[in-house]
Amino acid sequence: MSAAPRRTRPNYDVYLRQTPGQTLGPFFHQGLLRTKAVFQVPGLCRDDADVFHHQLAKPDTFGERIAIEGVVSDGLGQPIPDALLEIWQANAYGRYHHPLDTSGREIDPAFDGYGRAATDARGAYSFVSVKPGPVGGPGGSVQAPHINLVLGARGMTRHAFTRIYFEGDAQHERDAVLALVPEARRATLLARPSGQRDGATLYRFDIRVQGEQETVFFAI
Amino acid sequence: MSKLSRFQALDAEAHPPYASPRYVSSVFRSPHEAPIPIRQTLSELTGPSFGPSLVRPEDVDLTTNAGTGSPAIGERIIVSGRVLEEDGRPLPNTLLEIWQCNAAGRYNHASDVHDAPLDPNFLGAGRVLTDADGCYRFTTIRPGAYPWRNHYNAWRPAHIHFSLFGPAYASRLVTQMYFPGDPLLELDGIFMSVTNAEARQRLVARFDHATSRPHYALGYRWDIVLRGREETPLEGP
Repeated sequence: MSAAPRRTRPNYDVYLRQTPGQTLGPFFHQGLLRTKAVFQVPGLCRDDADVFHHQLAKPDTFGERIAIEGVVSDGLGQPIPDALLEIWQANAYGRYHHPLDTSGREIDPAFDGYGRAATDARGAYSFVSVKPGPVGGPGGSVQAPHINLVLGARGMTRHAFTRIYFEGDAQHERDAVLALVPEARRATLLARPSGQRDGATLYRFDIRVQGEQETVFFAI
Repeated sequence: MSKLSRFQALDAEAHPPYASPRYVSSVFRSPHEAPIPIRQTLSELTGPSFGPSLVRPEDVDLTTNAGTGSPAIGERIIVSGRVLEEDGRPLPNTLLEIWQCNAAGRYNHASDVHDAPLDPNFLGAGRVLTDADGCYRFTTIRPGAYPWRNHYNAWRPAHIHFSLFGPAYASRLVTQMYFPGDPLLELDGIFMSVTNAEARQRLVARFDHATSRPHYALGYRWDIVLRGREETPLEGP
């Protein structure tokens, strides 16, 4: 038996044990991204209708348009061409499209807040969305605008969680999650404005899975 | 469902460490720094919900969903099970996305260069939603084993990939289901990335005679357990 430290056993009447995670592997595109580019079957590719898409902002979505792009790289500085990124974010008013968000902020029927993108041969990805508003945090605090990101890849035994914050936001000083991150590593969580494109503010957010300037990941 | 309950911590014995030397690709793709623990907030306790509109009837039968009118080649099987939280609570309306190679061990994917035949009648992708009791069921063909470059003469045991979110962002799980009695399991760097032997067995389906359909397909059962909740609900978000 492993001697690894364990969390406290939950006090459940029935206690099942968690199913282990396993890597996405390199061939996830066929199951997780039914775009025309990877899935040449008209009946099953849903470029327009599917929610599994890098394009979160619809024409009538409220808020400031943003495009986030970057490169995912490994411990040797090499791009990772078989990574999957998934994002989950609040709408521009700061409300999650979810029944547990009872903040009373406005719901945007034209925004779900979930997106999915794979990296290309250069390790690059992009999302088009709106800038999220601030959402509630622990103890009545407010969290600075952020996008939650799950990263998986061939070679990653399981996914990793991180967050994208927006450089220069004064609310970062009061953000309870950022406060837990050593100052020297916080920059790895900041998307930097890098111009405009098609009416959207362009942000750069690279992810380094390992090594120098390694992106901060969270245990949630 | 109006209470915000945090999820139990990830079970460190169940989930593989990022750095897993027997899975060679993990060497440079594993973070060196430990993930920073945070208290779950609204951001982690909410998550995308995927409704019935995402699943079409043909999605649950991978032997025919290529839509060619001819069935996929291979041993037809039915895979069923339940999606549950750790306290045994079933998770209804949960989307499972599945993908796999064909009976010859070849993926319908441009990057798969294994010299095994493609099956024009098999896509290797499907979707299924759990019902009110957390049950799922789909039909497919038994995937083949295939070689990979992890080490000399390395072969992946037959497996089906599963992806699900469960109720929240925090409960995201991507995993693989294996078949009982496969001699390749103990030689596999990915299966063995789970360090705890008992936990590894949770990745192995069991043959189930009751799931089998006479004159049609053998059945396998595989339950998936996601993180349970803490007993005490949060005070507001």
